[in-house]
Amino acid sequence: MAKLLIDGKQYEAEAGQNLLHVCLSLGLNLPYFCWHPALGSVGACRQCAVKQYRDENDKQGRLVMSCMTPVTEGMVITLEDPDSKEFRATIIESLMTNHPHDCPICDEGGECHLQDMTVMTGHNYRGYRFKKRTFNNQYLGPFINHEMNRCITCYRCVRFYHDYAGGGDLAAFASKNHVYFGRHEDGALESEFSGNLVEVCPTGVFTDKTLKEHYTRKWDLQTAPSVCVHCAQGCNTIPGERYGEIRRILNRYHGEVNGYFLCDRGRFGYSFVNAATRIREPRLRRAKEGALESVTKQALLAELGAAFKDREKVIGIGSPRASLEGNFALKTLVGDSRFFAGVADKEAKLVSLALEILQDGPARSASLKDVERCDAVLVLGEDLTNTSPRLALSLRQLVRNAPLGLAAKAGIPDWHDLAAREIIQDEKGPCFIATAAATRLDDIAAETYHAAPEDLARLGFAVAHALDPEAPRVADLSPDAAALAARIAEALRSAKRPLVVSGTSLGSEAVLEAAANVAWALSKEGQGADLSLVVPECNSLGLALLAEGGIGRALEAVKKGEADTLVILENDLYRRAPKKAVDELLDTAKRVIVVDHTEHATTAKAAALLPAGTFAESDGTLVSNEGRMQRFFQVFVPKGEIQESWRWLRELMLAAGFGERVAGWNSLTDVHHAMLEAQADLAAVTAAAPDPSFRVTGLKIPRQPHRYSGRTAMNAHINIHEQKPPEDPDSPLTFSMEGFLGRAPSPLVTRFWAPGWNSVQALTRFQEEVAGPLRGGDPGVRLIEPAPDARKSYHSHIPAAHQPSDGELLLVPLHQIFGSEALSALSPAIEQRTAKAALALSAEDSKRLAVADGDEVEVTICGLPRRLPARVVASLPKGVAGAPVGLPDLPSVVSLPERVRANKAVVR
Amino acid sequence: MSADPLKKPLTRNIDPTREPFDLKQYEAAGGYQAVAKVLKMDPKEVTETVKNSGLRGRGGAGFNTGLKWSFVPMGPDAPRPKYLICNADEMEPGTMKDRVLLEGDPHSLIEGMICAAYAIQAEKAFIFLRWGYTLSEKRLRKALAEAYEGGWLGKNIKGSGYSLDLIPHISAGRYICGEETALINALEGKRANPRTKPPFPQVSGLFGKPTIVNNVETFCNIPPILTNGVEWYKSLGLTEDAGTKLYGASGKVKRPGVWELPMGTPIREILEGHAGGMREGLRFKGLLPGGASTDFLVEEHLDLPMDYASIQKAGSRLGTGTMIVLDDQTCVVGMVLNLTQFFAQESCGWCTPCRDGLAHAVKLLQAIKRGEGRMEDLNKLDQLCRFMGPGNTFCALAPGAAEPIQSALKYFRADFERLIPKQPMAQAV
Repeated sequence: MAKLLIDGKQYEAEAGQNLLHVCLSLGLNLPYFCWHPALGSVGACRQCAVKQYRDENDKQGRLVMSCMTPVTEGMVITLEDPDSKEFRATIIESLMTNHPHDCPICDEGGECHLQDMTVMTGHNYRGYRFKKRTFNNQYLGPFINHEMNRCITCYRCVRFYHDYAGGGDLAAFASKNHVYFGRHEDGALESEFSGNLVEVCPTGVFTDKTLKEHYTRKWDLQTAPSVCVHCAQGCNTIPGERYGEIRRILNRYHGEVNGYFLCDRGRFGYSFVNAATRIREPRLRRAKEGALESVTKQALLAELGAAFKDREKVIGIGSPRASLEGNFALKTLVGDSRFFAGVADKEAKLVSLALEILQDGPARSASLKDVERCDAVLVLGEDLTNTSPRLALSLRQLVRNAPLGLAAKAGIPDWHDLAAREIIQDEKGPCFIATAAATRLDDIAAETYHAAPEDLARLGFAVAHALDPEAPRVADLSPDAAALAARIAEALRSAKRPLVVSGTSLGSEAVLEAAANVAWALSKEGQGADLSLVVPECNSLGLALLAEGGIGRALEAVKKGEADTLVILENDLYRRAPKKAVDELLDTAKRVIVVDHTEHATTAKAAALLPAGTFAESDGTLVSNEGRMQRFFQVFVPKGEIQESWRWLRELMLAAGFGERVAGWNSLTDVHHAMLEAQADLAAVTAAAPDPSFRVTGLKIPRQPHRYSGRTAMNAHINIHEQKPPEDPDSPLTFSMEGFLGRAPSPLVTRFWAPGWNSVQALTRFQEEVAGPLRGGDPGVRLIEPAPDARKSYHSHIPAAHQPSDGELLLVPLHQIFGSEALSALSPAIEQRTAKAALALSAEDSKRLAVADGDEVEVTICGLPRRLPARVVASLPKGVAGAPVGLPDLPSVVSLPERVRANKAVVR
Repeated sequence: MSADPLKKPLTRNIDPTREPFDLKQYEAAGGYQAVAKVLKMDPKEVTETVKNSGLRGRGGAGFNTGLKWSFVPMGPDAPRPKYLICNADEMEPGTMKDRVLLEGDPHSLIEGMICAAYAIQAEKAFIFLRWGYTLSEKRLRKALAEAYEGGWLGKNIKGSGYSLDLIPHISAGRYICGEETALINALEGKRANPRTKPPFPQVSGLFGKPTIVNNVETFCNIPPILTNGVEWYKSLGLTEDAGTKLYGASGKVKRPGVWELPMGTPIREILEGHAGGMREGLRFKGLLPGGASTDFLVEEHLDLPMDYASIQKAGSRLGTGTMIVLDDQTCVVGMVLNLTQFFAQESCGWCTPCRDGLAHAVKLLQAIKRGEGRMEDLNKLDQLCRFMGPGNTFCALAPGAAEPIQSALKYFRADFERLIPKQPMAQAV
């Protein structure tokens, strides 16, 4: 720590940290543009100039750029002297010479960092009387709108997109006051993280194109803290609503999870909330062959209550995309033995295995921030960019850690981004990626290995054995793989903090077990290991805590006649199990009741439909793949009969006459108390966020900003009397502008705003330190902590090597960031970026089948004959083929890998 | 006819009326003897010699060359490879001294670079050449081929165990590439934006490795220093600065040109003696002593010696030592506008004061030149010059660009005011 004097006041700060970071952490108002807490300092905009004095007697001083100046003991600084103030105002004046005065029609208006900084410096009189320079804008795809005239040339966009996220198609072109940030030609931005440009850009050059379609100013958006539902990482988000529609998603900083950035699936996948396919009122099919008709809630409950008398005959099928509370309510309804996870048995088993590895083993489940603290990594079996994109972005930061050590040796701190990058150049820390086919992350890998799942597992087992001879040996390993395993083992062993990443996406237990062995072997070595296991969905781990068997077990029960009624929670079973099995299950059951928010193949077969709230219309809790329990809060009150799934299930129980246990469930807290009683391992649910009784100085936290407009008018076409805001029994938030206007506790932060800071950059006012944890601690509770002394015996079931058999292909699942996840795929913007289904073939196999790229191939997948265009993927090993999973244009591709035969289709 | 090598060491072999010396001729004139000598020396001794000679960088900044080399990490633990770069991207308006050396005696440059590379134990050297210097390129490539052929470059030079590759790189033609760190970025294939200092290139330069960048003229000084000794070199200068200097004069003088003269030759001797004074009918008004990015000097400064300290004391910089002379018939505003347009055009666009400040200055100067200026524009120009001052910008381009503007406003403000209409212009609707 160093003592420093800023405008006559003594402060303490970390010596060597840059002065801008320190000033912002101290809560001082110092304007800046090119600096970004995640991107570091480059000294380009010169906005953060302050005056530094040699000592207290120096009256002259000199201007320094605070972002480029390390804090030293005894430093004397002023932000307030006329020279530095004039300089900062002149910077704004210069930036404004070309910036259009189009704030009223600019999407950034009201949350623009440039506006805030302009006000902060006091520049308000325009001296420049000449023409401004103008640019042509580009089409950048369905996510991002481009308006280059507004550019103030801070270089943040390319520094994020290219330097931080590894994107290759956004660059700075030309020079002088004509620098152009764009693509070499019009076209969709290729990076999976392009949406962050919206928040990284300090003004309105890159804005959210999906927001533009139903534009609303920040101050008119009702917002609540939420958690992304489109993969298992549990990124924190801030959805914004107006007039019953979600308008956009912003990142909600979380020091340990998503930090400053989201992936494009998480940011732009929200439109399903607003879709025409929403179920907004109860529906009932009165006759077996009849149509589903809308009915009142009372009629529905009366009808179902009567049919529900025999609880013993009811089976509940939960969902990995529904909240813990919803799943728990269903489990309560049907009883423990008749509640099943709404996934294939195989997936249920895989997720349970992942949970077991994390719970019982000595390796620590890594948060994303932990990943960014590691310095070597083995990725076993996961195409992270597609299965867990935000984790892929963290790996890009991980590989910088080892070379940053070199920079530190040369005296360059890690915040000094330009200098660090110059000395690091293309150096990367050890990263090994072993997957079925090439991934979009391979460019950061020291070595890659492309093989069938069995062989990936064998490689992992071999690495573990190389680390610890007590781990089982792999017989008949190829010399190449053995040598690679030795190199990986050496790199992981030499690392300060090694990481192992794996997951369930290849459908292979052996891959997971091999990864566990590597992590455990490293733990035995003493330095420990971090382990990150990717599971399929936002609450896969949560569901695994509640249920064991999957859909197969449910089918058995129905077939045996043990049950005749199915209650399916937020789930399209056709995405989970082969069509034949699901058909059989739904057709055999006498009555199928579905609680969900969106129509799909399963709802089409339901006898009764209960309209559930989406993440935006309910409160609930999810367990991320880190094992972090996180609360999401209702953003708005939906129209119609939509309510939380747990409320529907409670009302069903009451109507059926066995609701004595749930009669007292009046709020989310009541459900939590029931959970706590039922299952000790879920006890943390009450600690994930403050309960509904929480108040700050007697006040709730408003969801609407204090500048929210139209409150008295927006419903005037229905009733000219201003309506009372809806009650919210489930949280300490209100659907109102009124309440506590200060800084709420971290799990309850509804938006980042502070006086003078209207843009997302207000975030620094909510952090304990810039880029550090949120004040009061980052939200959520980690359920899984390692057992350091755990002596788990190594997994020893090592599969035989993959043998390409004559004419047969091993078809492995290929995931797509855009399209493979059901809900986000319903967003038109995501749909535009979804690649068409194709059968990926290795070069050898395409030659054997005599097909070229684009030729049609006939293949039977998961029991259904398909005709698909071939896509030759050079990185696929011989005898291994890939099919995309979950795509809307290729439904019912589930439970891969499987062996298939393919042949060239006869041209019809 | 060549000059006395002890009086004019830089131009000793140069005769513009013929082709430059080939390897044989160069060797016959005592060429590469410095390399032969150096290869037997301890590298640190070479650096020490150059440091003691008082040689200061001839690119404009005037930093002690040997001192610069001494910052390069040496010994077995030093990062490898190390690089040496010759900055031959001579693009300062009014400056053409390096061209004389490149075209006139390319072997001298190569020899100087080999000595320097040996001193810092560099494995690879580059000559970063201005794209427009096509004759230089031709002659340089020929000389390089001869030097490789003759065993002065490549593996195991003359059996010494020391190896060096020297690669010519033709620049794409940006003024900013004359800034050594922007040059390094350009050489790496990146945008020619300057880098932040520290770290200095001596520690983290080309591809993140220790790198020395020196100017053509600086390198050409090395062989004579090593051959003739430190004391001889120091004795060449007329004032405290050592050696000779290529001085130049352009503008409406009788004989524009470049001359090798002792360091510290008075301005008047260069202007009136070597350049022959002003053309008939014109009167001297001012001069930019060291290229376009230096402050104007006027009549009262003419008896100053052209050395680093004297010119700095007068409020300007020696820079490249090639003066641009302004006469009484040329429009000052036009001249300053022309220069400012050049600098605004050549801004890399990285930092705000340079990128937007220079463009603003151009608009103001254009308005004044068109007769649409306002009196407050002059204050704005003053303010912009302060705004773009040293320390406020990322590199030295904008502070340099501000120098002719601020000094013109200081010495010739009346010329600006004369162009500004007394009555405010009717506002355009």
